[in-house]
This record gives sequence, C-alpha cells and structure tokens, in this order.
Amino acid sequence: MVENVGLEQILADHPFAKDMPPQVLSTISGCCSNAVYHPGDYIFREGEAADHFFLIRHGLVALEIHVPQGPPIVVETLETGDIFGWSWLLPPYRWSSDARASEQVRLLKLDGACLRGKMESDHLLGYEIFRRFLPIMARRLATTRLRIVELVIEPPAHPRHRG
Amino acid sequence: MDVPADPMVPMPFRIARVIREIPGVYTWHLKSLDGKPFHFRPGQFNMVYQFGVGEVPISVSGDCRDPATLVHTIRAVGPVTNAMQELNAGALVGIRGPFGRPWPIDEVAGADMIFVTSTIGLAPLRPLIYEVLHRREDFGKVVICYGTRGTDDIMFEDTLHRWRARFDTNVHLTVHSAHSGYRGRVGGVVSAIRAARIDWQAAQAFVCRSEALTRQAVETLGELGVTTDRIWVTLERNMQCAIGLCGHCQIGPTFVCKDGPVYRYDQIEPIYAIREL
Repeated sequence: MVENVGLEQILADHPFAKDMPPQVLSTISGCCSNAVYHPGDYIFREGEAADHFFLIRHGLVALEIHVPQGPPIVVETLETGDIFGWSWLLPPYRWSSDARASEQVRLLKLDGACLRGKMESDHLLGYEIFRRFLPIMARRLATTRLRIVELVIEPPAHPRHRG
Repeated sequence: MDVPADPMVPMPFRIARVIREIPGVYTWHLKSLDGKPFHFRPGQFNMVYQFGVGEVPISVSGDCRDPATLVHTIRAVGPVTNAMQELNAGALVGIRGPFGRPWPIDEVAGADMIFVTSTIGLAPLRPLIYEVLHRREDFGKVVICYGTRGTDDIMFEDTLHRWRARFDTNVHLTVHSAHSGYRGRVGGVVSAIRAARIDWQAAQAFVCRSEALTRQAVETLGELGVTTDRIWVTLERNMQCAIGLCGHCQIGPTFVCKDGPVYRYDQIEPIYAIREL
C-alpha cells in the first residue's frame, strides 16, 4: 500500500524543520515543492539569480567552482539531510558556485523570493529562518578555515600548478 | 645467558621492499639481520636510523601478527627522511624499539569503533585497524573515516579498498577537492564523521591527524555524543632518546616517547589549551 505524504509532513521530517513552530512550518511549506535531478544535472549555476534554497531528501550534490581555462573543481559535497543555497538570503541574490547532482537527487525546493517577501512582514518567520541558517553557515565557515590549515600542513602529492 | 637489548643500540635491519605510496611517502618492509621476529603493539614507534645521516621516530604501520616483517611508512619532510627516500631494497638501516604506549585494544572490546584520520595519519592507525579486524567478533561496528587533499593523495588505497569490500566494515573517504564528475564525498573529515552510523553513546574513537586538526575532530565527535574519555589521540613531538631521558619530547608533566604517543583525550586535553606547549 502506498502512503501519500503531504509536502508539509515531508518538510517537517527534514532536520531543517526540527522544532519549527507550526505556523512557520505551514508558511514555509506554502513556498515548497519537490524536485528531482539526474546525475550531472545543474541545480543552479554561478552568477544566476538565487531565488531558491534546497533541502536534500536523498542523494549527493556537488558544489563546484568554475575555473577559467580548466575543468570545474568540486569543493564540497552535500548529502541526505543537508541544506544548501544561502545566496537567496543575502544581496545581490546571485549564486556563488554551481550545484550539480552527483547522483539521482530528490530535493525540497523552497522559493526564496516568496519567503523574502513574507519575512519582511513576518519577523517570527525571518527569525526561524536565520536561526536555522546561521549555525550551518558558521559551521561551514569554520570547517573551511580548518581545511585551509590542513591544506597548508599537508603537502600535495602532485604539484597543483603546472607551468 | 641472554643479555637484554640496550634500548640505545640500533639493531640492523635490511630493507626487503620499498613501496612508493604517493610522491614523498614511501613504505619499507624490513627484515632483521639475525632473523628474529620483531614484536610490537599497534601504536608503538621505532627510532629508525640511517647510518651516517640521522635517526627519526616512525610509527610501525604493519600488522603485529606478522612479526617477521617490520613495516614503516615514512613521509619525506626533513633531511633524514629525505635521505631515506633515496634508499632502495637491500640497504641496511638501524632500528631501536618498539617504544611508547600502544593504542588500547582490550579495554575497548565490545564497543563500536570509529577511526578518524587523514593522509599519512593512517599509517600509525593501520596496525590497530588490522588487529581489530583480526578480532572482528570482539567489537561492534567498525567505521574508518579518512580524508586527503585529493584523489591522488590517498594512502594505502589497496588496503582501503579491501576494508571497504568487507561486509562488516564501513570506510568513509573524503577529499578536499576533486574534478567535476567525481562521485565520492568532497569536504573535511568531519563530513565523513557525520556520515557514520554508530552508537555514539558507547563508541570509542581513535584520532590520528595533525594536532591542529585533532581538536576539530574531537569537537565533532563530542557534538555527536562521544565523550573525551572515549577518544584516543596521538601526539607528535621531537623524540630523540625515546626512553624518557633526554626531555626533548616533554610536554608539561608528560614524556610523549614513553607516556604516549597514544593518550586518552581527557587526560591530555589541558595540554592542548596551552599554546606555549
């Protein structure tokens, strides 16, 4: 027997929505849709308008940085339970990297443009959104700093730059 | 009457095989000249001496159940280890050891085991992982979290593939960056730790990476529920005599060569907070 589960319940089950007040959950689920991407599909591309953010229900997503005159470099992968895309929160609302499906990915796609408008009048909504995004941003920043330390400490196996 | 071996006198070993793991990192398989087995416990180290050049402390990276072959994995980072890199099979080197406190095994039996390491840090952990897998029924889940710069820098790749192929062992590998289209995990080792599915409330963690990064791993393990009395780490210091006499490796009240290099984190945590040490 197939059980039909509504979007609001799917959203509520994601770690992003843990302990979220019901009225906020209801508002956010109104701006939410399901999305599926196949391996290699771009979810967004650097420089494009950032009007969404994403919760990963299943699969692996690669964040890539475009390198002029070279292939893109994957700098981070995100997986089931993760959230990605915060450029929708901060002007100029443009993606700073590419996001690509490394495998078949099922996402909850949230309409950031819609939420930005609602957050202007509903401060509880804005507070709950920022309360969830800031720790993730802080953790990723701390992790990135330590990765820089590690890259300095650990010598490369191969020269990274070839003249 | 047998005369006890003098810990300050190197025993001659011949290099039987050299494996170039990744550029700048090489593994020696050594045989003692007298043919005697070399017994050690996982986590212990030897002072490895290149005659006429110098002596460096190197952890044993082989299987303690194969005492006929002593295995060391060495990264060329200084004058001695760079000179050693030029040696080929057949060369003679001196060995003093084994020294130091090993990884605990018997006292953690029954627990889920998580190993956290990066690049060459896998070498000192490898004997412990071998031993845990030899005694697999004595432990709960076994998870190995390993990080490197990129896919070209993966140490012991064949060994990792063998471990990953086992039905009773999980290997989470992560790299700092990769080419587009790479299907594996990219990120710091903490992302590999978070991917582990074990009983965090009862797990024992074994961390072997640069000290600057050990704390990050410890914090992540702590967030997941591993208390510091269940986290084991290694310290690296300038070890010269290896028997607690010269003081080169002294940190506060402890001599890393004889009280370490393996420590339970809660016992060494105050030292981590002192920058001058």
